Amino acid sequence: MEKFNTLQGIAAPFPMVNVDTDRIIPARFLKTIKKTGLGKNLFNELRYNEDGSEKPEFILNKPAYREARILVAGDNFGCGSSREHAPWALIDFGIRCVIAPSFADIFNNNASKNGMLLIALPQETVDRLMEDAEKGGNARLSVDLEKQQIVRPDGEVIDFDIDPFKKHCLLNGLDDIALTLQKDDRIGAFEEARKAAQPWA
Amino acid sequence: MAQPKTLFDKIWESHVVDVQEDGTCLLYIDRQIIHEITSAQAFEGLREAGRKVRRPEAQLLVPDHNVPTTDRSLPIENEESRIQIDLLKENAEAFGLPYIELNDIRQGIVHVIGPEQGFTLPGLTMACGDSHTSTHGAFGCLAFGIGTSEVEHVLATQSLIQRPAKNMRVTVDGALPQGVVAKDLALAIIGAIGTAGGTGCVIEYAGKAVEDLSMEGRMTLCNMTIEGGARAGLVAPDQATFDYVKGRPMAPKGAAWEQAEAYWRTLPSDPGAEYDKEVTIAADSIEPQVTWGTSPEMVLPISGSVPDPSGEDDGNRRRSLERAIDYMGLEAGQALTDIRVDRVFIGSCTNSRIEDLRAAAAVARGRSIAAGVHAMVVPGSGLVKHQAEEEGLDAVFKEAGFDWREPGCSMCIAMNGDMLQPGERSASTSNRNFEGRQGPGGRTHLMSPAMAAAAAVNGRLSDHRQLL
Ligand code: SF4
Repeated sequence: MEKFNTLQGIAAPFPMVNVDTDRIIPARFLKTIKKTGLGKNLFNELRYNEDGSEKPEFILNKPAYREARILVAGDNFGCGSSREHAPWALIDFGIRCVIAPSFADIFNNNASKNGMLLIALPQETVDRLMEDAEKGGNARLSVDLEKQQIVRPDGEVIDFDIDPFKKHCLLNGLDDIALTLQKDDRIGAFEEARKAAQPWA
Repeated sequence: MAQPKTLFDKIWESHVVDVQEDGTCLLYIDRQIIHEITSAQAFEGLREAGRKVRRPEAQLLVPDHNVPTTDRSLPIENEESRIQIDLLKENAEAFGLPYIELNDIRQGIVHVIGPEQGFTLPGLTMACGDSHTSTHGAFGCLAFGIGTSEVEHVLATQSLIQRPAKNMRVTVDGALPQGVVAKDLALAIIGAIGTAGGTGCVIEYAGKAVEDLSMEGRMTLCNMTIEGGARAGLVAPDQATFDYVKGRPMAPKGAAWEQAEAYWRTLPSDPGAEYDKEVTIAADSIEPQVTWGTSPEMVLPISGSVPDPSGEDDGNRRRSLERAIDYMGLEAGQALTDIRVDRVFIGSCTNSRIEDLRAAAAVARGRSIAAGVHAMVVPGSGLVKHQAEEEGLDAVFKEAGFDWREPGCSMCIAMNGDMLQPGERSASTSNRNFEGRQGPGGRTHLMSPAMAAAAAVNGRLSDHRQLL
């Protein structure tokens, strides 16, 4: 998994609430057997017309935001399905960080397992960052995971919270499976005990 | 005396392998069900890292999301679908995992076949790469929807890294009125708590109306839990649970059954157990529900009308209402029973079990679907289909003009070609009405099977009680 240390980049404003995973990547693009290549269909219905041409008014189609690395989003971002294709599509497009008042649980898990940082902040703070994002290419946000800080274009520093274990994994690009396999003995012992107590399980 | 515990606490605590300093747990997972859409990259990951599947017998693989629901003797037309389905089988063989073939009578939707085979049992932990894994909570089984990285994690380690969830209890007092079913209850609860109402929680459903539900009804209720934002849903196991599970192919037998049942009886929450969040709902106030918008929380009783966004003060919420009304092609104030439908879909892991098909057939019997409406019934598994045919339900549906299909997810997720055309409107027994869920530009109204059958017959959203 790719490490996440600091990120400086254009933030796109995406104030819609309850952005669901079908909106992030519609189901008909889930027939892939790879993790890459989904970026072109990210937000497909919002981004393209039926004939496949781009909708110029959609935020990520605007020249200022085509290289966005951060999304400043509305409440309950990523609700809906458990498909990991949602973070894959965002990452493949180039988005490595989403800032919103809240995230759906499964999406939250899936994002960090793919090296994407999700930052939950109070609505008023997100509103201020949204204003920054609306300024387009001139207004880059900086995110520093080690310090748990976002720096606004005017220099103001915003602190954020993150689960310490997630932070550790993101900073070091750690693969969960390798970490868990270090506890192989404990899993084995647990299985033995379980087999004795609940042989049907 | 020991601290009283909830059902969730009991299952959780009995599966913790390790706790880190920060409280993150390594949780043992007893069972995993795997389908073709969220597993290819997980198996690829195992191969790349040279890892094995830790407990092959704890997995069960079946294709469902992407399978055709038409004649199964023909080859699968869509090449990408065929590749995915073939790959599932290849992976099952390569890693030596139990696999149910497309043409096996046991094939069906992951959340229908788990319980049907007795793979789902009370007190277990279970995972599947599909958010509606919450369905299995109907058995008092702690079941999580997970992403592909986690599918790989379970394959390699038979565990998941998780933080404990909060305990939430939704108590439904009293009895549901005649003609009001589990789907109505599920939708009414989401309407009350919102799609983020259960975030971070596992919801335990309790109260008389829940105890009175059949296992099918409890599955419908737990299935929709994820639409309320919760991580999982649970119903305490009781006699109805044991009666359903007993004798299933993969359920314990003989002495093991006795031992298991005795243990399962200790699982219900202790009196005095504390919950972080409590919601109480009166069952007798619930009417048949339909969604009008593009989120499951945009739901109303069938007697209602499309809301007026101008009454909403919060700007973001107002815009989301306006957008939903616009997308759905409706007008503020329009009576729900004036909404005409083009398509009817009876199926999905929410409502494709035998009880659901019986309820829909009771409405369809001796009637015909309205002119211009296309309606289909997609049973949840080959075994459900077989039983329905034994009971003659297929004939009832066919005579009324419904299409009778092979089992799979079908138009719930619209990956397999069963889908709405842009602008088409469906009455659907599935679980999500998001924009484009049933096809780009498609418009979905969620409801119970009997309500969907009534919509098919009348050609518009209707109160099915008027047809009984
Ligand atoms: S029927 Fe729908 S919700 Fe259920 S498993 Fe299939 S795609 Fe998922």
